[in-house]
Amino acid sequence: MDKKEYNDLVTSKSKNPNILEDAFISFLAGGVLGAFYEILTCWYIEMFNLTDQIALGWSCLTFIAIAVILTGFAVFDDIVAKFKFGVIIPITGFAHSVASALIDYRRDGFITGLGANMFKLAGSVILFGSVSAFLFAIVKVIIYG
Amino acid sequence: MASFKFKNVYLGDTSTISGVNEKINTKFSISDYFDGEKTSEDAEVKMQKIVLKDISKKNKIDVMLSADLSNQTGISNKAASEFPNSHLGLYSACASFAEGLIVAGSLIGSAQNVQNACVTVSSHNLSAERTFRYPIEYGSPRRVTQNFTATGAAAAIVTKDPTNIKIESCTIGKVTDYGIKDANNMGAIMAPSAARTIIEHLNDTKRSANYYDLILTGDLGTLGSELMMTLLEKNDITLKNHIDAGAELIVDKKLTDQGASGPVCLPLYFIEKVLKEKKYKRILIVGTGALQNQTLVNQKNTLPSVSHAVSIEVI
Repeated sequence: MDKKEYNDLVTSKSKNPNILEDAFISFLAGGVLGAFYEILTCWYIEMFNLTDQIALGWSCLTFIAIAVILTGFAVFDDIVAKFKFGVIIPITGFAHSVASALIDYRRDGFITGLGANMFKLAGSVILFGSVSAFLFAIVKVIIYG
Repeated sequence: MASFKFKNVYLGDTSTISGVNEKINTKFSISDYFDGEKTSEDAEVKMQKIVLKDISKKNKIDVMLSADLSNQTGISNKAASEFPNSHLGLYSACASFAEGLIVAGSLIGSAQNVQNACVTVSSHNLSAERTFRYPIEYGSPRRVTQNFTATGAAAAIVTKDPTNIKIESCTIGKVTDYGIKDANNMGAIMAPSAARTIIEHLNDTKRSANYYDLILTGDLGTLGSELMMTLLEKNDITLKNHIDAGAELIVDKKLTDQGASGPVCLPLYFIEKVLKEKKYKRILIVGTGALQNQTLVNQKNTLPSVSHAVSIEVI
């Protein structure tokens, strides 16, 4: 069997048989999370008389705090196992990646461990997030002036 | 010449330790991933020390050979520093136990004053995750093709003193690269080299696959085993007596669909299950190792693998 034939065989055998199911679960979980986010924001606006912008920030911080605490208590992994990428793609996944790197490298020193590895996964999100925000802002300026 | 026979080389005492997810009864066990230590690396060093201490109580060790998955085999070196024996560090990923038996057997055969050699291998799920994958706590969903690194350590004495387990011959594998780039599909990386080594061993020794009561591969997993069978069938070899140690070691579907991986899979299953069952007389153990290097993986290189085979006779 030559390499190409073997690679084709491997590709055909390595497919996730539940890909549609997983995608559906992620879609639902992500949607539910988004709905909660909206409810929370509305609640903040009502309760504390905040503006939209500030309330959104507060909800964001709440979600980050919850994700970090759940990561610390090793519950987040089980949630991911159930709800797949529905909880990884939103801000909760970002918070989880930072918190898990911090837990992981806590014994490796402040500079070489915590400092160097805190954004091991999150760093690319920050970098490419900023770059794409900049590009979209330019597009917006060009179109809407 | 890839295959050769050993003269008067036997497998002596063994000692094993395993973690919580491995479905096997070992001599020692650890209660959790850390077992009172601060880091998973320390816990792995501790496991190696436990099996080495246990085995050196009853045996005089002339040379130690040990292997693990950490960078620069740091864990083996750390554990070896606590013992007064000469030490050789080995690495061929998950094929290390088979490599250890081959090197130890050759040492005993050639050096007059080497009576006993001790082969030690260990792996730890969290240390391996940290070496090869994400931060360990990062709970990204596991792929269907992904293995789960086993936690444990195993030590075995290879000796000149006759015992009832004879190390009969071996085949040193060739590094095989079939162009797989996905580091999360280790079964697919290792299957070609496993098939190649088995074919070469059978050709060199002029035996058929039925000569062996059991062909035990290391950690191909369910997909890897299937691929190896396909490759062997293309060469007109059908294995009826094949077991994959990794696929048998961790059967928890929540953890992995494929089974366990890591150098410790093969010795754990071989020592604690195959030898204890006393069902098989002629056994071919095939250590299968995916030779990944994180830098090369990130640079999108294809991943090579190596498999070594050792033929064992229970007298």
